[in-house]
Amino acid sequence: MSAPEMIAPAHVAPPRRSVWAIRGELSTRAYLAIALAGLLLPLLLWWALSASQWVSPVFLPGPYTVLQRLVQWWSEDNLGGDMAISGYRVIAGWALSVVVALPLGLLIGTFRPVQALLEPLTDFIRYMPAVAFVPLVMLWVGIDEGAKVAVIFIGTFFQMVLMVAEDVRRVPAMQIEAAQTMGATRGEIIKLVIVPSARPALLDTLRITMGWAWTYLVVAELVAANSGVGFAILKAQRFLQTDKIFAGILLIGAMGLVIDQLFRLLHRKAFPWLARH
Amino acid sequence: MTPKIAIRDVNKQFGQGAQAVQALQHASLDVADNEFITFVGASGCGKSTLLRIIGGLETQSSGQVLLDGAPVTGPGADRAMVFQHYSLYPWLTVLDNIKFSRQLAVNQKDRTSVDVERASGRADALLSLMGLTAAAHKYPAQLSGGMQQRVAIARALMSKPRVLLMDEPFGALDAQTREVMHDLICHVRRLEQVTIVFVTHDVEEAIYLGDRVVLMAPRPGRIDTIYPVPLPAARDQDMKLAPAFTGLKREILNRIRDTAGMKTDLEQLQKLSGLAALHA
Ligand SMILES: Nc1ncnc2c1ncn2[C@@H]1O[C@H](COP(=O)(O)OP(=O)(O)OP(=O)(O)O)[C@@H](O)[C@H]1O
Ligand SMILES: [Mg+2]
Repeated sequence: MSAPEMIAPAHVAPPRRSVWAIRGELSTRAYLAIALAGLLLPLLLWWALSASQWVSPVFLPGPYTVLQRLVQWWSEDNLGGDMAISGYRVIAGWALSVVVALPLGLLIGTFRPVQALLEPLTDFIRYMPAVAFVPLVMLWVGIDEGAKVAVIFIGTFFQMVLMVAEDVRRVPAMQIEAAQTMGATRGEIIKLVIVPSARPALLDTLRITMGWAWTYLVVAELVAANSGVGFAILKAQRFLQTDKIFAGILLIGAMGLVIDQLFRLLHRKAFPWLARH
Repeated sequence: MTPKIAIRDVNKQFGQGAQAVQALQHASLDVADNEFITFVGASGCGKSTLLRIIGGLETQSSGQVLLDGAPVTGPGADRAMVFQHYSLYPWLTVLDNIKFSRQLAVNQKDRTSVDVERASGRADALLSLMGLTAAAHKYPAQLSGGMQQRVAIARALMSKPRVLLMDEPFGALDAQTREVMHDLICHVRRLEQVTIVFVTHDVEEAIYLGDRVVLMAPRPGRIDTIYPVPLPAARDQDMKLAPAFTGLKREILNRIRDTAGMKTDLEQLQKLSGLAALHA
């Protein structure tokens, strides 16, 4: 009898899954390269479009003009101060939402009577346009900082409550029932099972609603502001400074992106026990 | 002697009117102290429902469940439950999962330093009993399914429950791992004073582990037959080949087939294949 044949030749590359496999894998380097391309491609298109003189620079200023405007804004018009005040308004309005929405959402997601009392109401209010509240806010809160914070609060709060309630409801029933059969009280179940179990989902909710808070910045700074990135955009609109409008919009996008990435980093660091990552 | 668990004419109906499902009808059974009782039966015959009623996680429509003569009104630390999966706390390490019940108020009444010491000794003892010492500081997501179930059992045993309720705890495990778990649970039983109610799909598992096997039948869910297992209390894998074992297995399997309404399904199938023949 012959010896068993060697089946695997010495140098055959290990089989690789296609990057197009459903939920396939991508190396970090490839991911970064593609992400960069995704960001640069529109920039390139923008540059080409404005350089071709096909559209008037009044409607579409080129990237370089916008960059120049940003530098000038920084050195002459206190861009740093605008960013700081806008950042403060967004974070304050959002944080106020968080402080109220977390406990309320927890109650809605845990106790059916609270859900019955508040969820349909919240669902109703969240379809009301936050922009339309601006005149009312001015009437109720006045026109100082509080009003700007209030607009961002209205824009984020109602969605946030519903998302928190949903996060809480997603805690697997078995985790709760296991605690019940170990003799846990209602308070203990909330504190030791529901809250810790929902934490990763809650952090995601905070990240997503923070994104929405930024989108309400311009609306908030409609209210008698004289500083802030959103206000600068509104003012530039009046003087048809399209390059400044572009600069402001890109700036808000960039600040939002940075905060979003910080949240993702925190998520990875805070929950090492999650199966994925 | 009062039975450990007395199930007295328990009925359970889900839903109302046309959608109503009679999940349990006239279920009555006494379980003795330290008995190991297993439930088998076709899918949907109410095994989980009955177990959850004993655990106090579900309320019966009528009838009573008594624990040491006192009616069960809700879940409690005296009846720990082990589920098929997804019940571990993924944010806690294996050791912290096992010690979870220590932080609950029920276990903190009149606690002395001796108790605390004894408890941490018990956690370590359970870790080694379950072969989990090396995994003590891992998270559940890093463990195999078999190890996760061992953590769940250790966690349930931690506060010395009088009753252990298990709903297909090994249902998701492969055959080899399951055999290991069977011997482990037999071992636990020799060491701990505990009454076990165990639900399974696997007739062999039910006979191998049980002092008695309770067969349930569906539509409406009910207790059909109770089979005492004619094997010595100390089990080993070879007994699975003994005539007493295989004979009982055949008897139970036949009875499940008779009660599960498989015959009508077969008739349906024959009708369908008859139709197919007409079209051919
Ligand atoms: N929460 C519920 N609401 C409505 N019907 C239910 C509910 N829980 C169970 N039932 C019904 O009660 C019957 C018994 O269910 P149960 O889960 O107890 O069966 P089982 O014997 O454990 O089945 P399996 O072996 O598939 O786990 C089934 O018909 C099921 O559809
Ligand atoms: Mg079941």
